[in-house]
Amino acid sequence: METKLAIFYVLAAFTLWAAGIVVLGKNIVRAAVALIFAFCGVAGLYVLLEAEFLAAVQVLIYVGGITILLLFAIMLTSRIGATAARVVNDQVVLSAIAGVGLLAGLCYAALEGIPALVGPPRLPETSPFLGRALLTTYALPFEVVSVLLLAGMVGAIVLARKES
Amino acid sequence: MIPLSHFLILSAILFSVGVFGALTRRNAVAILMSIELMLNAANLSFVAFARYLPQTQLQGQVFAIFVIAIAAAEAAVALAIVLGLYRNFKTVNVDEINLMKW
Repeated sequence: METKLAIFYVLAAFTLWAAGIVVLGKNIVRAAVALIFAFCGVAGLYVLLEAEFLAAVQVLIYVGGITILLLFAIMLTSRIGATAARVVNDQVVLSAIAGVGLLAGLCYAALEGIPALVGPPRLPETSPFLGRALLTTYALPFEVVSVLLLAGMVGAIVLARKES
Repeated sequence: MIPLSHFLILSAILFSVGVFGALTRRNAVAILMSIELMLNAANLSFVAFARYLPQTQLQGQVFAIFVIAIAAAEAAVALAIVLGLYRNFKTVNVDEINLMKW
């Protein structure tokens, strides 16, 4: 039990450290690499929550897909190695107030609004369950998301194509 | 067992960090990265609730899969828009792009 709690704290600190670099880092490539670490930290937390399939999906899609896409966009639009003179706009103070306010509200809701749930001691096997649920109960949302993804890909190609 | 509130507060901190980044960063790609952080924070809450709710239906995990799929579509479209911005303005700093601002 204590081990799990210790692992949670380590993973949480790691994730928040990486997220801090993503948000405050001066070099955009470093921010993107820190994003990889943040995603890996969240994947570790998924394992801690017994969501092994989602942890694998997180690593495959976020770390392997989305981050590479982001790095491509960075390399096509910025000079690598250049540290921007100013990474934040003029709204830093207002944004910090908004962020802290939101954090306070969310923490209040998490501590006061939700009863202390315990949950079952162990989850059943998640992967077979998820596969069955996606093709039976959630078949329609699954198809809708597929069409959305296809439309997004086609739209991305159309938008990024050179106009001739 | 780790209390549920630990996960919820971590998710809240991660979400707030993402909000701060999305509101303050100048680089459009960095804003996108902050939004991905926020989506991850929401996913973390979903998965935590899927683990801690008494019935083991795992709707939270199914929902998290949908969120990941939509995040992928969003990233692809947003990066295409960033490339288009760069082609037209030679910059991706959003506070220098004010064509549609009156």
